Amino acid sequence: MKIPIEFYIWLSTVLFSIGVLGVMFRRNAIIIFACIELMLNAVNLLMVAFSSYLNDAHGQVFVFFIMAVAAAEVAVGLAILVMMYRNTKSIDINILNRLKG
Amino acid sequence: MNALFVICGIGVFSLLAEVFNLKKWVQAVSLVGLLAALVFIVSDWKAISYYYQGMVVFDRFAMAFSGLVLIIAFFWFWMSIDFFKGEAHRTDKSALVFFAIAGAIMMLSFNNMAVLFLGIEILSISLYVLAGSNKENLFSTEAAFKYFLMGSFATGFLLFGIALVYGATGTFDITSISDFILSNPPTKLPRFFFIGGLLIMIGLAFKISAVPFHMWAPDVYEGSPTPITAFMSTIVKIAAFGAFLRIFSFSLVYFSPALLWIEQGLMLLTLIVANVTAVYQTNVKRMLAYSSVGQVGYLLLAFSSDSRHSSGAIFYYLVAYALASILSFSVVHIVEKAKGNAGIDNFKGIFKSNPLVGVAFTIALLSLAGIPPLAGFFGKYLVFTLSIGKGFIGMTVVAVITSLIGVYYYFKPIIAMTQPGEDSISVSASQKLLLLILILANLLVGIFPELIRLV
Repeated sequence: MKIPIEFYIWLSTVLFSIGVLGVMFRRNAIIIFACIELMLNAVNLLMVAFSSYLNDAHGQVFVFFIMAVAAAEVAVGLAILVMMYRNTKSIDINILNRLKG
Repeated sequence: MNALFVICGIGVFSLLAEVFNLKKWVQAVSLVGLLAALVFIVSDWKAISYYYQGMVVFDRFAMAFSGLVLIIAFFWFWMSIDFFKGEAHRTDKSALVFFAIAGAIMMLSFNNMAVLFLGIEILSISLYVLAGSNKENLFSTEAAFKYFLMGSFATGFLLFGIALVYGATGTFDITSISDFILSNPPTKLPRFFFIGGLLIMIGLAFKISAVPFHMWAPDVYEGSPTPITAFMSTIVKIAAFGAFLRIFSFSLVYFSPALLWIEQGLMLLTLIVANVTAVYQTNVKRMLAYSSVGQVGYLLLAFSSDSRHSSGAIFYYLVAYALASILSFSVVHIVEKAKGNAGIDNFKGIFKSNPLVGVAFTIALLSLAGIPPLAGFFGKYLVFTLSIGKGFIGMTVVAVITSLIGVYYYFKPIIAMTQPGEDSISVSASQKLLLLILILANLLVGIFPELIRLV
């Protein structure tokens, strides 16, 4: 029995929305990173589901791209986070309010 | 395509230069390489060529926009010579800049969503690092962090959109997607296809910083080192808007007029919010950030009045905008270096002490405001004639009113420069030459708009 594609769409939409809500409402920078990863992985799941549903390998190759790029992005992001921690001794994003106008 | 190889090659060379102790050659090689890439663009001009099974296409659109990116990059290197002067991370910075330019060219020449995604990421990841390159400065760190958060958030939306479009059409290829839309009636396409298009638009709206997805732009522009701000407001803007045009006017626009309505909503918000907020700014860098958000509104107006054939007007507008923007940031860079920050009071007395700097800044701001005979005027003129010709009277009226508001805030620094002030600023000979050349370029493009329209 095949699981209908709609189920995958709903599942990844829910995962993606959890990620979006986390980015918007959490204050801890590391949790926000994790939420961004959740968004990207929701996309990965959806891509793989579509790819197998459509019998087309392009989607799965795209998932590899997303994984590799997400790894690079997080490496840079964590480096920036460490830099911020050294300057402010905090990873709460509420302190990021010096630039205002 | 060769231009892209050259740019990537210089990036790799810059990385290796650190190892093989070739640091003093990096600057010369970068400038020669940029010129070589430009020559390749010109020599490939005639042909439309596809590479890698049609994933990358160099057509007129891609070449014209990449050529603009390369020319602006050349001026950018000139204006930011001292950004590479410090002993620390010189080669890394220049490597990152070249990878960012390579990403920009990929964003302008993609024919496949995968290349779009890779281009955006190569550009953005390099810029996250560059925005934070002033490590001890808290503002720079904060700018890098905000840029990173907003950038990767936007990437998530873009990717979800791409995934949904892929699910509906079964392909990542732009041309196949538009063929698919044209061969199927809209009612037969699944509903999530529309949501996919919408999410792609949101993701790219973050990148071009259209209101209401612009909140990161002023903070990041203000906090980053000024050369990087100049890079973001010229090269990144050209690349992001080029990508926006390519994906929407080549394929997704066929699908649903609702996408265009949403785009028009973004445009109206961008025009009004950005131009009104800019009035209240006291820091010139931040004001220019809002102005660069506001300029996106005019580009979107051109796109919404004729989504298929507006790239000529948009290209001219971008040329005018980029030239004026790089000139104004060169001046801000000089002033900021001399006085510590770019507050509007630091511009007092410049006309008297440094007439060339004053004239350069005046010309840049007048061009951004759209005063004839400068380039910005003809950019706005082309956009407005296009939108009136297509019957978008109400929107054009809004755009004209907001550009009048623009004149008000662009005049604030000019008035400050005429007021009495104290010490003069030292400007090196090469900076003077750069300012002169950019002033001439702004005037030339404005007085002879046919130069660009021939393209």
